[in-house]
Amino acid sequence: MAWTDLQTAMAAQGYVASDDLSVALHLALSLGRPILLEGTAGVGKTEVARVLAAVQDTRLIRLQCYEGLDASQAIYEWNYQRQLLAIRAAGEAGQTGADVEARIFSEDYLMERPLLAAIRQDKAPVLLIDEVDRADEEFEAYLLEVLADYQVTIPELGTIKATTHPIVILTANGTRDLSDALRRRCLYTYLDYPDRTTELAILNARCPNVSDRLAGQIIGFVQKLREEELEKVPGIAEMLDFTAALMGLGIADLTDDPAVLQATLTTLLKTQSDQANVTTEVAQRIAGRAA
Amino acid sequence: MSRVTRFAGRDPGPAARMSGFLAHLRENGLRLGVAETGLALDALTHVVAADPAQCKRALKAVCSGCKEEAAQFDDLFDAFWLNGGKVSQKIVPNLSNRASDHVHSSRHAKGEAAGAGQANAPDGGTGEAESDGLGKLVATEIANLMKKDLRDLVQADEIAAAEQVARRLGAALRDRRSRRRIAARKGDRLHFRKVIRQSLATGGEPLRLPKKRRPDRTRKIAAICDVSGSMTVYAQVFLAFLAGLLRADPQADAYLFHTRLVRITEALRDRDAMRALARMSLMADGFAGGSRIGGSLEQFAKTYAKRFVDGRTVVLILSDGYDTDPPAVLAAALTRLKKRGCKIIWLNPLKGWRDYEPVAGGMAAALPHLDLFKAANTLADLAALEPELVRL
Repeated sequence: MAWTDLQTAMAAQGYVASDDLSVALHLALSLGRPILLEGTAGVGKTEVARVLAAVQDTRLIRLQCYEGLDASQAIYEWNYQRQLLAIRAAGEAGQTGADVEARIFSEDYLMERPLLAAIRQDKAPVLLIDEVDRADEEFEAYLLEVLADYQVTIPELGTIKATTHPIVILTANGTRDLSDALRRRCLYTYLDYPDRTTELAILNARCPNVSDRLAGQIIGFVQKLREEELEKVPGIAEMLDFTAALMGLGIADLTDDPAVLQATLTTLLKTQSDQANVTTEVAQRIAGRAA
Repeated sequence: MSRVTRFAGRDPGPAARMSGFLAHLRENGLRLGVAETGLALDALTHVVAADPAQCKRALKAVCSGCKEEAAQFDDLFDAFWLNGGKVSQKIVPNLSNRASDHVHSSRHAKGEAAGAGQANAPDGGTGEAESDGLGKLVATEIANLMKKDLRDLVQADEIAAAEQVARRLGAALRDRRSRRRIAARKGDRLHFRKVIRQSLATGGEPLRLPKKRRPDRTRKIAAICDVSGSMTVYAQVFLAFLAGLLRADPQADAYLFHTRLVRITEALRDRDAMRALARMSLMADGFAGGSRIGGSLEQFAKTYAKRFVDGRTVVLILSDGYDTDPPAVLAAALTRLKKRGCKIIWLNPLKGWRDYEPVAGGMAAALPHLDLFKAANTLADLAALEPELVRL
């Protein structure tokens, strides 16, 4: 499969991928390398993984990172309650220590967490490690180990080798810098807000029944709005919400009713100061220029 | 295709061109290892290698590692592969004359330290040299008024006092944010894995209940001291503090700057406190000259910070904020530094003055990025910071 095929297949799933991203994903698939997607919130990083799983017709395994994430939540954990019960039951039946030990530290009592689950699938899944920059540095070290060898070592069980290599997608939005070691291991693509034509294509793919005129106005408006000084710049998801709101209200032209436009801005502006800054006049000015 | 670079006749083939390209990228500050060369060649087999646009995208995915590198990549690619049909003579650049501060900052610093050590060697026999060294000292003073010997400023007992203060400050900077848990004698949660393990010995009855708790994490301190002319008066205190800090805390890191930045960690780690100062003053040449705070901090953020500053670091800036660089440079450098997740403390000796307002352009630009902005011009002031640091 060439990268253009991948691009077309993703477009069929409603994801308009840039050429850069398509080539990078194609390489990630063919070289078996993890890929790191960086970019501000709302540019569709997480969506890439979902769409890629759909294109590859495979499972999506997601690991959401947060501060304090550790091996027991990311790789595996023993099922302690079951273990305790098993030990008690074995005690009643008069079994010996060695037997019990072998039994309670077997796979039956192992709880898979995303990283372990991802390397034990029959068909290579898409493993999404979301917002990896939120996890702390110790976790990066685990991750490097898993990503380097695709194997997990459990002291009681031994080393579990991957049956298939998962397609690994890491996303980060820059809350802290990632270590160079992790960056080196991955292919890299920076996702930015899409340009006008790309965003129009996204809108058409997601909401096919918007009229061309309104679609053009929406994209023009959102693109101009991103140039304003905002605390939280609206992303693609916000743009789609905005469109849905306008559709739901049955608006045909953005400049028709200033009050309605102002009301629907809640879908685009997510902080109090942004809402205060984009007054009716400002919104009208932007809408007027966009039209 | 006329834009594509032509290679000289003795070109050894695509693999060499690729390693030449990777070397070209390394020269421009991208951090790439040997493995990437192979990966880059591998990547090209999966796209149409004859199409420059596809090659560029493929190599960009392989070779870039952050936003800045990705943005820079197109130009670097064009410079190497698409230089308007000119013949490229040298494919693999000469390795000997590379001096990249991005990659080799530690070697760089070590090199300096080694150099300083050598130059400093005669100082080892201070006892004999002292008596007949007087005349020379006068001569050098006349010849170079700007060049100060830090040993004149700092006394050994001050360092001992500073060491005490630094030790206490380091202890105050415990990081309590760890959310992980480790096994511990006294803890707030059961360590289930151990409970199960040990209950096997008592027939499944969990008699011993091992605990786990959140460990205390230490913070690293990276101290950056301004030794420009306007700071000379306060240099004594701050340098003693730096020397004490590095002796008390094996993780700490120290830098001096005036118009450029020097890492003095290695030098200050010298067991002999006075010799450490001697080495430091050799490195801080240009001491008490002008100050480029913005430029120096930018240099710090772009080079050393990548290796030494992380979320558990406190960056301590000791400066009066009189900057010859535009304030925007300083603001940008601090933003960059802040993105590494560290805390930034600025200790300004002038703030101790009555009615002081941070109106100096640089200081005003820096304020929004600081976690703590305090006055300090004596060791006692530094010691008094302890409760503030605990709260940080």
